Amino acid sequence: MKRLAAFIGFFLLFLLANRFLPEIIDPYYLHLFTLSCINVILAVSLNLINGTTGQFSLGHAGFMAVGGYTSASLTFYLGPKIIATLDFLPAILAKNFVFLFALLGGGLSAAFLGLLVGIPSLRLRGDYLAIVTLGMGEIVRVLILNVEAIGGARGFSDIPAYTNLFWIISLTALTIAAVASLTASSHGRAFLSVREDEIAAEAMGVNTTYYKVIAFVIGAFFAGMAGCLFGHYLQLLHPNSFTFLKSFEIIIMIIVGGLGSIFGAVVAAVILTLLPEALRYLGPVKDWRMVIYSLALIILMITRPQGLFGNWTPDFRRWWPFRKPQPVA
Amino acid sequence: MQEFLQQLVNGVSWGSIYALIALGYTMVYGVLQLINFAHGDVFMLGAFFGFYFSRWTKIAQEPTLFGFFATLLFAMAACALVGVIIERAAYKPLRERPRLTALITAIGVSLLLENGGQLLFGVDPKFFPSLISETRLYESANLVISNLPVIILVVSLALMLLLRFIVMKTTIGKAMRATAFNREAAALMGINTNNVISFTFLLGSALAGAGGILVALTYPKIDPLMGLLPGLKAFVAAVLGGIGNIPGAVLGGMILGVSETMVAGYISSTLRDAIAFALLVVILLVKPTGLLGSRVGEKV
Repeated sequence: MKRLAAFIGFFLLFLLANRFLPEIIDPYYLHLFTLSCINVILAVSLNLINGTTGQFSLGHAGFMAVGGYTSASLTFYLGPKIIATLDFLPAILAKNFVFLFALLGGGLSAAFLGLLVGIPSLRLRGDYLAIVTLGMGEIVRVLILNVEAIGGARGFSDIPAYTNLFWIISLTALTIAAVASLTASSHGRAFLSVREDEIAAEAMGVNTTYYKVIAFVIGAFFAGMAGCLFGHYLQLLHPNSFTFLKSFEIIIMIIVGGLGSIFGAVVAAVILTLLPEALRYLGPVKDWRMVIYSLALIILMITRPQGLFGNWTPDFRRWWPFRKPQPVA
Repeated sequence: MQEFLQQLVNGVSWGSIYALIALGYTMVYGVLQLINFAHGDVFMLGAFFGFYFSRWTKIAQEPTLFGFFATLLFAMAACALVGVIIERAAYKPLRERPRLTALITAIGVSLLLENGGQLLFGVDPKFFPSLISETRLYESANLVISNLPVIILVVSLALMLLLRFIVMKTTIGKAMRATAFNREAAALMGINTNNVISFTFLLGSALAGAGGILVALTYPKIDPLMGLLPGLKAFVAAVLGGIGNIPGAVLGGMILGVSETMVAGYISSTLRDAIAFALLVVILLVKPTGLLGSRVGEKV
């Protein structure tokens, strides 16, 4: 009951935000906010694979691309037909229904690819897995380049602009909540045990194969939804947005934040989205911004290799005013 | 048949370049278990060092065979220096840290070289002077073998043989093999492992520099991002052959070069970039440690 109330409360809050925020905030800041949120979804979902489960995946951009392109083809080719059959609904509801359908389609297709990639991870470990996931991402990109129906090398343009603040905020919140509660559950312990010592975990009866694949599937699902948001926000998808450099970018976010820390992933995703923008204002040295960015990364790794937050996640529940008194351990 | 031979010649010459770059990846991985992502950018630097050297010494205006070798040697020496500086400045402080940290630093160094290169050399592609004038060695109805692929193949084979001699016959090579086998034990035996690791970077970077010059001979358009994809594919070649294994890197490079040109020639040139990775996935699924890699049992 309480949960349902909280859910409806958040739902209404996000709807209000969607209605009123664009009127009071500068569009440039809203643009940065949207990009930050998409990167937060990517970083948090990759953190489940790389941080919590300890599998080294370098192909997150590939999952994002599959999700983005699948959902864009759904809304572009199927969307008008679905809206036509839903003519008894108000137009805005029908549109958002189509977008929900596309989000799920994008997420599920990416999750299916995650399943396919997760299966070799049964046999490969460490650097070999890293290079196979990287290769998967590149294969996806080259295949997209060769399919004319989704734009090929020109990019997929004229995607309907369905992404709005409501979807951005609620999916970001959903991703963080889902990954956080999953990590805190007994399944989360199993993920952690795979990371810490696979052989010991197996000896304790953890089905390591299952958990490795599941981590890939869930991580890919959210990355696919991020791709869907990205495509329906920019209204254009281009294969060059999904090179391995994009995967590196997401990896850098979770490493800078502190591998395994969801809080760190969120903060680092926001910082690293805003940093190159902020460096634009440096005036004479603005040509140097990417050099500064890479130097900062090297220096950070040398001076603070555990990332900004290490494994630390603040206990937000401590600040919740209505919580029951906790027994003193 | 002749078309096939033509593709084979091109493929082998590409393959030998991949092999040169892959050797650097595999040697560094052997001693440090580090994927040195900056290696592809050292390869790019090799091409630019050669470009500026040949212009500065006026070799570019009247190309001679001697001038070509001078440029090659200069680029190799400069790249070796860059490799050692990268190792000392960025990787050495992280020697005892988790491997992931060093990996991210390597990505950082790679980004630094690319962005720094764009700043220093400019974003626009430059045209590498033709240091060797192209002549046809053999010509028939539809098979043309020019001197370039032959020179590329000969130079890279000579460098590989030299590398093999250094690794197998000299004291420092023995120290390298010992360090790759077990770094701590090697240090206990009185080997200065820090110097050995620097020497490994020196060798690998020099080979990458040579690769940069050789690529620029056939594809004279050079730009600061040219190392990205060849670097990645060379790494794929190293993994294909079994990373850490020197003959494996050469084998992987050759397989990759030949299959890429075959796919580009017979199927579609846009699929060229995917074949390397598809091949990799298939081979690793069948043999998870690469073609020549040996499986190391995990100690519990």
